[in-house]
Amino acid sequence: MLPEEVTRFIGQRGDVRITEVDKGAIRRFAEAIDDPNPLYGDEEHARNSRYGSIIAPPGFFGWKTKWAQSEAAYADPRSGLGAALRNAGFTNPAPVNAGEEYEFFRPVRPGDTLAATSMITDIRERDGRTGKMVFIITETSYVNQNGDLVAKARGIGMRR
Amino acid sequence: MAKQLFWEDVEVDSEVTPLPKVATRQMMVKWAGASGDFNPLHYDDSFAEASGVGKPIVHGALKRAWLIQLMTDWIGDQGTLKKFACQYRAMDYPRLMKTTSEPHEGETWWCKGKVTKKYVEGDEHLVDCEIGVENGKGEVTTPGTATVILPSRG
Repeated sequence: MLPEEVTRFIGQRGDVRITEVDKGAIRRFAEAIDDPNPLYGDEEHARNSRYGSIIAPPGFFGWKTKWAQSEAAYADPRSGLGAALRNAGFTNPAPVNAGEEYEFFRPVRPGDTLAATSMITDIRERDGRTGKMVFIITETSYVNQNGDLVAKARGIGMRR
Repeated sequence: MAKQLFWEDVEVDSEVTPLPKVATRQMMVKWAGASGDFNPLHYDDSFAEASGVGKPIVHGALKRAWLIQLMTDWIGDQGTLKKFACQYRAMDYPRLMKTTSEPHEGETWWCKGKVTKKYVEGDEHLVDCEIGVENGKGEVTTPGTATVILPSRG
C-alpha cells in the first residue's frame, strides 16, 4: 500500500510549459535520430507537400515542453513526489521511462507556440522480480497558439 | 524517395519496411541536446552504475523516435501517424565511438513491424500495426503499436 503522502499527488497538475518551435530545433531533432525525411528540413519539398511547410516529426513539441511531465511530479525537490517516494522506500535516484502513448491530431510547424500541461492520473505499486516498483502515469496535452489540440500523450514513469 | 504506399497495397500480416539503427554514445549526446532530456543515466558512468543499470543506457524516447521514423518512412508524405504507443521492456547499451564519426563494431538495432488490422472509420482508411525495436540478439526490447491513416485509391 502506498502512503497518502505519495497518493495525494494523483490529480496534481504541473504549471503550463510554453515553447515556440523553431526550424533549427526541428532540424537538430531529426539529425539526432538520423532521420533524413525532407518534410523536416527541405523547404521546397515541404512547401510542395500537402502540409505546405516544414513540419516537426510526430512526437516533437519543442524543447522545454519536455519538462511539463516532470514538472507535475518533481518541481519541488524537497516537498514534491520525489521526496515522498524516497520516504516510502523508493530510493533509486533514477526515474525510468517505462512507456509512452500518443494520439496526434495536428502537425507541428516552425513558428508554432505550444502550451503543454501535465497531470498525474495514477500512481500504482507493483512487485517486480527485483523488488517493489512504483508506476507514475502522467497525461499531457499540447495546444497550439490557435487553441487547437495538437496531441495528447500518456507517459509511464517507474521508480524503484 | 520511396513510392507512396496506399491502403489498398496493404494486407493483414504485410511487413512494415524494416529500419536499421545504430545507437552510439554520440547519438545519445545529440539526442539529449535535441530533446532536452539530461538525465545522467544516459551519459554519466558512475550515475548509471549507482542506479543499477551498469553503464549508460539508450534513452527510451530515442527508441520511440526510431519507431516513429519506421512508421513515417513506410507511410510516406501522404500517410498520417494517428496513434502510437511503445513500452520500454529491456535496456539497450550504445556502441562507443572509434573515431569522431565512426562507432566501434557491435550491435545494430532493427525497427520492425507488421500489419494487424485494416479498416475504414468514417472517411479514414486505417491500418493498425504491431511494431518493435529488436536488439542485436533478436530480442524485442521495445514493443509497441501504431495506427496510421493511408491514402486510398478510392
